[in-house]
Amino acid sequence: MTEHVRYVLALADDVLVASQRLGGWIARAPELEEDVALANIGLDLLGQARSLLTHAGALEGEGRDEDALAYFRDERDFLNVHLVERSHGDFAATMARLLLLSTYLHELWTALLTSTDDTLAAVAAKAVKEVDYHADHARMWVLRLGDGTEESHRRMQAGLEAEWPYAEELFDGSYVDAALLETGVAVDPSTLRERWAGRVVAVVEEATLTVPTSRPAVTGGRRGIHTEEMGYLLAEMQHLARSHPGASW
Amino acid sequence: MSGVSTGSTGGGGSTGGRRDWPLWEVFVRSRRGLSHVHVGSLHAPDAEMALRNGRDLYTRRQEGVSLWVVPASAITASSPDEKDSFFDPAADKIYRHPTFYEVPEGVEHL
Repeated sequence: MTEHVRYVLALADDVLVASQRLGGWIARAPELEEDVALANIGLDLLGQARSLLTHAGALEGEGRDEDALAYFRDERDFLNVHLVERSHGDFAATMARLLLLSTYLHELWTALLTSTDDTLAAVAAKAVKEVDYHADHARMWVLRLGDGTEESHRRMQAGLEAEWPYAEELFDGSYVDAALLETGVAVDPSTLRERWAGRVVAVVEEATLTVPTSRPAVTGGRRGIHTEEMGYLLAEMQHLARSHPGASW
Repeated sequence: MSGVSTGSTGGGGSTGGRRDWPLWEVFVRSRRGLSHVHVGSLHAPDAEMALRNGRDLYTRRQEGVSLWVVPASAITASSPDEKDSFFDPAADKIYRHPTFYEVPEGVEHL
């Protein structure tokens, strides 16, 4: 598998797994309206994942399509960060994660608009507007919960503390091959961190919350090392396709 | 907050004991439409969130380019009980319709 394929797969797996986690909120969100909002966001991310997986399969050239890559890879072959795979916690933690993730994705897709990989640039052009809305949705809730009641403030801060250590993995560029940076296919995620932090911290402070000072979590998603919860997530996501190969409806 | 003051537009407000989000009426202007048209209602904690919920619930399939939300409680609706006195008297006043004019020749649009 070339470094180019691995890079596209890592991007794809982040949004695919984030989408699957968000789907877990359907019928469980605080209000029906929020069910729909989270489902919409999840489906946007799934759309991005489909384009990226299809592209990765084409680059690989071994006949794997989006379904083969989503449903028939095992845990160690997934390259997503731990941030997106962990259980989603309560609604406040979910909004904290969505803020961290979609602000990163907005910076990422903005940078990839000029990728020399035409497909990546095209996906970026569509995705950048979607994730801008996701970040806005998260911001709205972080502000309201952070600057809401005593209880909502406490839970929003707790959610932020829970998710914060996992954000750092997004900016670890060691998985991106130097040649991909030279040719302008990829972006070094560490260059996105400063703008990301500026935007996230602004929201956190406006919400009267405290920026966590916790150390980054030990992770390894980009090398295929995942948390215990990843296995359960994949089992739910993949079991239908594996039990009934080729099924359609 | 509990729904429209009278009438049946958008249904009632809160039921049950817990504190529900207030009800909002949603109006969408379609791409080629001239005016905003009522499309339904939703619950939201405040106006900003109501706009976003409206976007997610009522414009998912490119239905619109502009969105209004109005607190349902701000709408005063006519009462079904007054329907007869409100609307029936208009039924037999055909002179209110512009049907007694000869359209001058050559006028395409009137």
